[in-house]
Formats: sequence, C-alpha cells, structure tokens
Amino acid sequence: MKPVIEFSDLRKSYGSFTAVDGISLTIYEGEIFAILGPNGAGKTSTVEILEGFRTADGGDVKVLETNPSIKGRAALQWRNRIGIVLQSTQDTAELTALEAITHFASYYSNPRDPQEVIELVGLSDKAHERARTLSGGQRRRLDVALGIVGNPELLFLDEPTTGFDPEARRAFWTLIKKLRDEGTTIVLTTHYLEEAEELADRVAVMNHGKILEVSTPALLGGRNTHNAIVSWRENGAHHEEESSTPTQFVSELSQRLGGEVPELSIRRPSLEDIYLSMIGVKSE
Amino acid sequence: MSSQLPGALNIGVKRGKLEIKQFFRQRESVVFTLLFPLILLAIFGSVFDTKIAPGVTFSQYFVAGMIASALVNTGFQQLAIFIPVERDLGALKRLRGTPMPATSYFIGKAILVTFSMLVQVALLLAAGVVFFGVELPTQGSKWLLFIGLLISGSIVSTILGVAFSSVPKSARGASAIVSPVVIILQFFSGVFFIFTDLPGWMQQVAAVFPLKWLTQGMRSVFLPDSFATREIASNWEVGRTFAIIGIWLVVGTFLAVRTFKWDRD
Repeated sequence: MKPVIEFSDLRKSYGSFTAVDGISLTIYEGEIFAILGPNGAGKTSTVEILEGFRTADGGDVKVLETNPSIKGRAALQWRNRIGIVLQSTQDTAELTALEAITHFASYYSNPRDPQEVIELVGLSDKAHERARTLSGGQRRRLDVALGIVGNPELLFLDEPTTGFDPEARRAFWTLIKKLRDEGTTIVLTTHYLEEAEELADRVAVMNHGKILEVSTPALLGGRNTHNAIVSWRENGAHHEEESSTPTQFVSELSQRLGGEVPELSIRRPSLEDIYLSMIGVKSE
Repeated sequence: MSSQLPGALNIGVKRGKLEIKQFFRQRESVVFTLLFPLILLAIFGSVFDTKIAPGVTFSQYFVAGMIASALVNTGFQQLAIFIPVERDLGALKRLRGTPMPATSYFIGKAILVTFSMLVQVALLLAAGVVFFGVELPTQGSKWLLFIGLLISGSIVSTILGVAFSSVPKSARGASAIVSPVVIILQFFSGVFFIFTDLPGWMQQVAAVFPLKWLTQGMRSVFLPDSFATREIASNWEVGRTFAIIGIWLVVGTFLAVRTFKWDRD
C-alpha cells in the first residue's frame, strides 16, 4: 500500500496552548480515513497543516510526497492534486451551480467534466439555480463538487454532512464511497460517529492534541471483544445486564421466564459508546 | 508529476469575467457603485448651480471632482469593502486551497475595477455634458492627461483598496469603516466644496492623499485653463500630482503584499 499522507512527531502550539502534541500517522492510498475527537482535540489544526493552511511547529509531514508548507509554483502543482471541502462556506452565492463548477474546473490541469460532476453530486436539476437559492444540503453538495472537480488524488472533507436530513446523508455517503472506489483517498473529520462507522476504513481518535488509537471502526477500543448488553422486560420492569456469554445468558433467561423473553435485545457497544468512553465521557 | 497548469493570466481573465457577472447580479453593488454617484451628482449639481469664476459653474467643478471620486469608489472603496466580505464568507480560503495562482485573483479584481470605473466615468461624464454644461476638452494633450489620470488613479486606488482590505475585522465592519473614510476624504479634497474655500488644516490633510490630486487633475482636464490661477499653487501642478500618486503606488504595493490575508482568524 502506498502512503498518501505520512507525518511523525507533528507539533503545533498557539501561545501556551498545545493543539497538536507530537502525533504520528500514515494514511494509505484509496482509504477513507476518519479523524474523530471532541472540539479542541487538535483535529482542525492537524488537518489544516495537512491542507497547507497552517505550518507545523515541528515534525515531518509529507502529503503526496510533498511538504504542505511548500511555496510558489510547486505549491500550485501540489494543490492541483488535492481537493479540499471546508466547513460551511457561503461564497459563489450569485453564480449558478454549473457556473461555479465550470469556473473552478478551469484552475486544474486535468479536471473532471463539470456536467458529470454535477450529476455525481446529484445537483443536475439545480444546475442553473443560483447558489444562494440552494438548501443547506444542496449547498454542501456544491461544496463537494467544487472540491472534486479537479479530479484530486486526495480529498479532505471537513464535517461534510452537518445540517443534512437522513436521506440526503445516505445519498452523500454513497457518493463518497463511489469516489473512494474510483481510487480517491479521503480524509474525513466528522462529529457523526454513525458517519465514521458507515464510511471509514480506519479511524483515529484524538483528544488533547494526541492520537488515542488508530483502528478500524469494528475493532476500535476492543469493541469486538466487549461484553454484549442484554436487555429485556421482567415483572413490568426494564432490565439490562452486561455479559461476556450472551448466548448462554439468554438461554438461561428463556428457561427461567418459560420460553419467549419479552422485549429482548442484545447489542454490542456502538462506535459512539466506545468513542465516548475513550475520550472520558460516560455514555447514557 | 509534470502536469501543465493553466496560466495565471488565463485564469485571471476568467476571474475578471466572473467578477463582472457577480457584480451585476448583486443589486447592492450596482446601486452602491454605479447609481449612487449619479444621484449625488444630480443633487449637488442642481442645488449649487452657481458661477464660481468667469465661464465656470460649481456643477462643472463638482463633475470633475466626482470623476476623480469614481476612481476611489470603484477601486479603493469597492475592494476594501468586498474583499473582507469574501474573506468572511470563506471564499478566499477556498481559493487558497486550489491551484489558482494568487496573481489571478488580483488580475480578476483589476479587471472588475477597470470595468466598473469606465462605466461610472462614462455615466458621470455623459450626465455632466448633458445636464451641467461640462465641455469635453478639445486638445489632444488634455485627453492624454485624462487617460493618464484614469490609469494611474485606478491602479493606485486598486492597490490601496487591497491594502486596506486587511483593516476591517469582519464583513459587517468593512462598510462602516471604509465608507466614512471615503466620504471624509471627499469633503477634505474639494469634491463637495471648492478646495480653496476649505480651512487650511483640511487642505493640508487632503494634500497627503491621492484624491485631492486626482480632483485637481480632473479640473485641469475639464475646466478652462484660466481657472488654474484659482488653485492653491496658481497652477495645475500636474508633475506633483503624478509624483504623489507614484509615492502612494510604492507604499500601497508594499502594504498590500505584506498584509494581505486569505483567511479570517
């Protein structure tokens, strides 16, 4: 696997506040990598260093074999290979979606066809509407369109689905997976754990400027070996019990209650449960 | 990777066209930049239609001042207000994240300024000739001077607008800071009043800034040469005008390059 992003001992401070505290990470070609963490964990600083918007105080950084703090003509060559979707921007309000996409396409050496991009993000029927008339979710899809029109090898997505309704979010996930399947490496920061679980091949959890763990959503925090939570109704009350042997537990429960267990459910901790316990917040 | 990127000039021209398109689609910018000076001209030109010298009315004096102001409105004022808006909306940061060369952004702005300046000057000149007895110069040398003032004045105004765009902290603050600066400068520089009638200290403050010199230059184009004796130095001071503009060009470029910010924070 070819590394697309590689950094080690990355550091960034603002005055006496240490935002990024000596972290290391490698992200490989063709994966969707999610960076999770509470506000102030250092996600934004890390990503903005990788995007070339901020310079690191220390550490080695390589994004597409290039240090993102590069200047001049070489910086433009580098930017030609990446796409960035920032958090909620409200520019290009007076342009139609197609005009904005067509214009941004002209910045790149090998852009996608604007017409094809507009279909890909599902804005075909809004192509000739001014951006300011688009809904929040449509506006966000235009942002993504502007981020991918340059045909990037690497795409940064910052909170891409904030303000989406569930249906739009699902459509968006399909789009992102399609991009990954076409070979684009994607770095995602999100507050939605469900989104990370659905999309990410691997996740990193950050807190206080450090990376707590890097894993797949299924294995994060030993999630696969965690006790299952069995819940049921008995004598009109709700019961819940953790068990390392849920099958046996339910079988005994069934014998005790004489057959069918009312309102039985067995669940594994969700990514959100694991995440919250990792960053020191009790779920429930 | 040796992918051939589009040229900076090529993208700059595309940006210029896009800027003009956006300009006309924003009602505020059309009214503010193009209509407002015409309304001012109609009001002041009609109210103060008095003779101020043999063969010269205040309206003619005022039209010359408003043409000079057009350079400040379309360059300095337009950029110092709308660049902070773009910065606040995240437009500049988005552009920074693309392979668009920074030069292309400024080429686009220069095209927008040139375009809106030419439209505004043409409108003012037409209104001046039709309604206020302004006479177009007949000598080629006056036209040459006029073109020289338009070009140098527009460039210095554009560059100072870019430099000043870093001063407002937010889009909301931009108009509140920039508009008073421009209006006060217009009062001090002999746009709304006859410059030589102003208190000495106002004249001295105004003489530091380019607008005073641009208004004087435009008077030298549009008023009879006999009026020159009524100016402060008893002549048009054309050489000094271009020298002052040249100094501001150097200072403005230095400040613009040093202070320009793509990102709020």
